[in-house]
Amino acid sequence: MIAASHRLHSDRLSEPENRVIYGKCNNPYGHGHNYAIEVTVSGQVSLSTGMVCNLVELDDCFRQEIMERFDHKNLNTREEFADRVPTTENLATVIFDILKREFGAAHLEKIRIEETQNNSFEYCGDAQLS
Amino acid sequence: MIYLTRKCEFSAAHYYYNPAFSAEENQRVFGKCANLDGHGHNYTLEVTVKGEIDSTTGFVVDLKQLKDVLNDEVVEAMDHRHLNKEVSEFAKQIPTTENIAIAIWNRLDATLKVAKLHRVRVYEMPDLFVDYYGEQ
Repeated sequence: MIAASHRLHSDRLSEPENRVIYGKCNNPYGHGHNYAIEVTVSGQVSLSTGMVCNLVELDDCFRQEIMERFDHKNLNTREEFADRVPTTENLATVIFDILKREFGAAHLEKIRIEETQNNSFEYCGDAQLS
Repeated sequence: MIYLTRKCEFSAAHYYYNPAFSAEENQRVFGKCANLDGHGHNYTLEVTVKGEIDSTTGFVVDLKQLKDVLNDEVVEAMDHRHLNKEVSEFAKQIPTTENIAIAIWNRLDATLKVAKLHRVRVYEMPDLFVDYYGEQ
């Protein structure tokens, strides 16, 4: 879970366009969410450990690479969103790409983010949801 | 490709009864769901759409438009309704959760211009749901 603030605003759009497209998410002062993040990895079960990967290592990687970057931060101020709007679509792709790069102990299948109880987003990189 | 899921709820009454069956057959096949006085559920609908992220807006779909379509096509049509008596698809079709999922898919597929449908999931109860991916 990460708690972060953001404001949806695109420099490529005019002020009125931003207000129409993003509505209350365009509030200049920003707003925030508790993002619940699910990371799915896959692999063969190790004969010696009985595990597909060491959960402590996955937890450590997530904490260092994702929590440290984004928890209790303003997403708009992060370099990862310097060239893109911090929608949850883009947050999902950013987190997927970071974990793909940093966690090599298992195959990263999917990132799922619940932005609110009613809205969630899934990203599997180049793959598609089955 | 990114997938967005929007959730909403509706509460509705229904019964299962096939007029081609005898009363005994209806009772045997549908059990307590065959009670013609009806019963009801709180249904939870999850609609998943897919597409590429728009590089200007960062959105895969305008959530407000999706929300409006779900409200118009599903919530307005089915919430606090009797499915057998008030929803046209079920005039001659049994409103099982399977058929509800297909009816919702067809309604959304016909009206949802802002994104491509991936899946319709309908929970009849927290421990029972149906997934429909359209004709494949």
